[in-house]
Amino acid sequence: MSRLLEIDSLDKNFDGVTALAGFSCSVQPGELLGLIGPNGAGKTTLFNAITGFISPDRGKATFKGTDLLRLPSHRIANAGIARTFQDLRLIRRISVLDNVLLSFKDQPGERLGNVFFRWGVSAKREAANRKKAASLLEEAGLAEKLHDPAEDLSYGQQKLLSLVCCLAAEADLLLLDEPVAGIAPEMIEKTLSVIRGLPRQGKTVILIEHNLDAVMQVCDRVVFMDAGAKVSEGTPSEVRNDPKVIEAYLD
Amino acid sequence: MEYLLHILILIGIYIILSVSLNLIAGYAGLLSIAHAAFYGVGAYVAALMALKVQSPFLVNMVFAVILSGLLGVLVGIPSLRIRDDYFVIATFAFQVITFSVLNNWVSFTGGPMGLPGIPRPAIFGLEISSHTGFLILVGCLCAFTVWLSHRIVRSPFGRVLKSIREDEVFAQAAGKNVAAYKVTVFVIGAGLAAIAGVMYAYYISFIDPTSFTVMESIFIISIVIIGGAGSLWGPVVGAVLLVTLPEALRFIGLPTSVAANIRQILYGGLLVAFMMWRPQGFMGEYTFQKDSSRE
Repeated sequence: MSRLLEIDSLDKNFDGVTALAGFSCSVQPGELLGLIGPNGAGKTTLFNAITGFISPDRGKATFKGTDLLRLPSHRIANAGIARTFQDLRLIRRISVLDNVLLSFKDQPGERLGNVFFRWGVSAKREAANRKKAASLLEEAGLAEKLHDPAEDLSYGQQKLLSLVCCLAAEADLLLLDEPVAGIAPEMIEKTLSVIRGLPRQGKTVILIEHNLDAVMQVCDRVVFMDAGAKVSEGTPSEVRNDPKVIEAYLD
Repeated sequence: MEYLLHILILIGIYIILSVSLNLIAGYAGLLSIAHAAFYGVGAYVAALMALKVQSPFLVNMVFAVILSGLLGVLVGIPSLRIRDDYFVIATFAFQVITFSVLNNWVSFTGGPMGLPGIPRPAIFGLEISSHTGFLILVGCLCAFTVWLSHRIVRSPFGRVLKSIREDEVFAQAAGKNVAAYKVTVFVIGAGLAAIAGVMYAYYISFIDPTSFTVMESIFIISIVIIGGAGSLWGPVVGAVLLVTLPEALRFIGLPTSVAANIRQILYGGLLVAFMMWRPQGFMGEYTFQKDSSRE
């Protein structure tokens, strides 16, 4: 059982549009896998399938041996898969700190019984989580923004914040959907350096990104996907020089 | 003086109703039109127990809360699995059904004739019969409701509620069991509404179905929205305002028949005005509008 995530011939149709067509792929622990491909190739659909937001028509997906396709989203998240969203989902009207606090798992204070009868236990964990959240935000350079509503951050900072939320989730597998798309160059550097450091913290990453330079910089392995299927796979330079990939991008 | 105490008691009952609805609608973002139904269930359970089995006040209160909560589970589980707009309709349906049952099951609920002669409540042998006594009791229950609500919304549980209100997908991706949170808060709100119902039944000593119509639900929603959804004190302010306002009309010399109609117009007008110019209410942070960056 060396594989962390195993995806086996996933199919998904949306009203006749094929989003996934027999997509298979496996991910080893500690790997930083890049997922590239043209718009509409099915990359985000794949993330949605893994995290339970859509259910594929056919196929299998297992994480640490658990069948993911039978689980609701929140159970998948609690099993150790965290994700960011391409369209940036944050709780915009609450503070940056609260967004991170929401992402911690197994909080005693989230159970009503504890809120009323074991306030001490929940308060203690809450204090510890606050400390952890503050230090995560400090590492990401968002320390001064702690108490600002999330919507007051710049676009790049919001993307970084959703990455910090994934870190707070203490997940083993992080699915990052275009974390550097559309953000300022200096924020790209900052974000990529955070991503590059993830395997050292024992985390596995799948990264969807259109910015090929970014993918080449941080990923160990790249999967090129088109029309819902895997077209090419290998080291970044192998994939970049694959005639099929060149052809697909020229089309 | 008795008149003033009467108004204060009514304000207290509406504070319990609006603070509990605020947990559901203001914090979790679930616009329920069934609050008067749970209010009515509380009132009828307590009244029926007091009249038919002569059980003591506190026992009736506990039973009413439990029964209303159970009903909350039954209504909540199916209706919270569907999308927001349909949840509103599902709660509306439950409200209408509850009213029909109260109105038509004549042998049990007295139908349109209602239930007269509810005895004075007694707590550990101490009978409460004066207005002052009722005010103290209602005041304590108000304080309890506000405290409970405060405890919930300031806890990590409350933080999850707000995240569900703002973006369910985020909450799910963060590992929160959204459906379970919704049902839980719905049940708590239903239980608290029953407390208000029990107090109303014992205080007025007569209940009939017309106190628990869909109009009543909308009145409670108005209190929450005008006071400020998603804020701790908003519904309290709203209750004070909306209960005293029509009383003020009485003093400008309008005949009762006109005043009653003007009351309805006033509530409607206020609601529209607030929605247009101050959708977050007096003290609220939540506007019932979808986050503009979404969808």
